[in-house]
Amino acid sequence: MDATRLQKRCKQPFEAPVSDPILDIRGLSKTYKGGTTALAGVDLTIRKGEIFALLGPNGAGKTTLIGAVCGLVRPSGGSIHAFGLDATRHWRDVRRRIGLVPQELTFDMFAQVERSVAYSRGMFGLPPSRERIEEVLRSLSLLDKRKAKIRELSGGMKRRVMIAKALAHDPELLFLDEPTAGVDVELRRDMWRQIDALRARGVTIILTTHYIEEAEEMADRVGVIDKGRILLVDDKAAIMARLGRTEARIALTQPLAEPPPSLGAFPLTLEEEGHVLVYRGGDGTGQGKRDIAELAQALTRLGIAFTRLDTRESSLEDIFVDLVESPPSTGTGTGA
Amino acid sequence: MNLNLRGALAIFTNELMRAFRTAFGSIIAPVLTTSLYFIVFGAAIGGEIEEIDGISYGAFIVPGLLMLTLLSESTSNASFGIYMPRFTGAIYELLSAPVGVAETLIGFVGAAAVKSLILAAIILATATLFVDYTIVHPFYAIGFIMLVAAAFSLFGFILGIWADGFEKLQIVPLLVLTPLTFLGGTFYSIEMLGDPWRTVAMFNPIVYLVNGLRWTFTGASDFPIGLSLGMTFAFLAGCVLVIAVIFRTGWRLRE
Ligand SMILES: Nc1ncnc2c1ncn2[C@@H]1O[C@H](COP(=O)(O)OP(=O)(O)OP(=O)(O)O)[C@@H](O)[C@H]1O
Ligand SMILES: [Mg+2]
Repeated sequence: MDATRLQKRCKQPFEAPVSDPILDIRGLSKTYKGGTTALAGVDLTIRKGEIFALLGPNGAGKTTLIGAVCGLVRPSGGSIHAFGLDATRHWRDVRRRIGLVPQELTFDMFAQVERSVAYSRGMFGLPPSRERIEEVLRSLSLLDKRKAKIRELSGGMKRRVMIAKALAHDPELLFLDEPTAGVDVELRRDMWRQIDALRARGVTIILTTHYIEEAEEMADRVGVIDKGRILLVDDKAAIMARLGRTEARIALTQPLAEPPPSLGAFPLTLEEEGHVLVYRGGDGTGQGKRDIAELAQALTRLGIAFTRLDTRESSLEDIFVDLVESPPSTGTGTGA
Repeated sequence: MNLNLRGALAIFTNELMRAFRTAFGSIIAPVLTTSLYFIVFGAAIGGEIEEIDGISYGAFIVPGLLMLTLLSESTSNASFGIYMPRFTGAIYELLSAPVGVAETLIGFVGAAAVKSLILAAIILATATLFVDYTIVHPFYAIGFIMLVAAAFSLFGFILGIWADGFEKLQIVPLLVLTPLTFLGGTFYSIEMLGDPWRTVAMFNPIVYLVNGLRWTFTGASDFPIGLSLGMTFAFLAGCVLVIAVIFRTGWRLRE
């Protein structure tokens, strides 16, 4: 990731008020016919131009949330505003500007790639444009497959056709429901590059994923959803800063009975009968690493010898697992 | 209302293209079936049957056979057209697009109706190979064929939304439509039935369709043409109403 972007993001205050939201969801709820409550009062605001990653375990309500915005699911309650318009009242204008890549691979398998993409463009009310279709196919490395029948393509290519179909009408807001599920590492990186290119063109992107790595790599902000509730929404960097931890394990030559009192300023504990000195602290912005460097010097000054020093940063994954297992009781739950 | 005409056109052409992709199934098969009817009823058996209303039996069954194909093809074309994307999940695109009832109907039902019209033309051309027939009121004939094609494409569309499995999709044409058409005077005049069957037949709506089309061909009918037209319009209006309700409530379309 580009350093200035990260810097800019870190400076952003938490919970910054959004002056120009592209999507504003209030109190959205959905109970399916069978009685399953998939969304239990979701508030979420998406900023124009950002990449927002929605993280959550299976059945959390991610697909339902996307479906409600895109017109596939009828909400049981709440409101959705997109581009400043009520999505129910102005559904035509709203839908025209939204693109959706669903989680499942679903299309007319016998259709030709090129035709299928052109069909999507037409359905959204745009005039046919050979050049634009070619451009979309080229950007997804599908140009040489444009005459192929969709069923003749590999799974990864099929997924790219789905993306091409969603991009054919130049949406301003794009939903990607698990865009990289079942896609190999190389293709996944390729897709990240394409998502970055879309953002550069000003497209706002909301993606769901199970790969924390993906959110960490791509997203500006991250929302965690579980059991139909948003547990946390914040800048990715801020989440890391707030909840991120650095862990260092220092293997001592001689066991200690207790941490040296002169190092009381550091969050230290002893493990494995005093053989391992453990540091857990920092804030995800590098404080932890600085602490550890200082700690190592201090140990040397005190004449405490050690044979190994292992450090590890907690990832969004750890944060996510923590959150889902014990949701924060403080009111960080609602969106920005 | 700002109708998304391009969207409607996209659906329409896509549906027609899908039909050409499966040209064998959607055009050759019905032509073959109709030819068989002509050979068996028109040529083989028909030769033994006396004229009806002054028309040879072969010519008499042309409108009936045409109606038989129109009804079953319009219904199955339109029902498959909307059922397949529901089945594969590809319907997500339609549901997320700026496309409403009007565009959907123009697209799906329009394409199904056009397919039926093409088929009707092919069947009439095929019929000339087997029998001599004339069309007394050609403009009424075209209008009536279009009306019936539209009405039963709408009916098929409803069927395709209602069905939650392939059997249901086939059960209505097979168990309702085909028997009613056979009993609806495709191969005989209602006048030939004695009571009580003649009275029973009057409750079969398809009787009026077959008779209406026959009137446009021969000028003779068991009922006034106005009644036939009225029945067809009423059926069409009923279907449009049902579809409007389906879209309003999202029944079987939106979760
Ligand atoms: N059509 C439906 N009818 C009834 N219940 C449904 C339907 N779709 C989803 N659900 C239920 O709603 C809940 C949320 O499902 P949803 O698909 O939104 O989850 P998700 O976060 O997208 O999960 P995953 O990560 O597995 O895709 C689940 O309990 C699911 O069983
Ligand atoms: Mg999902």
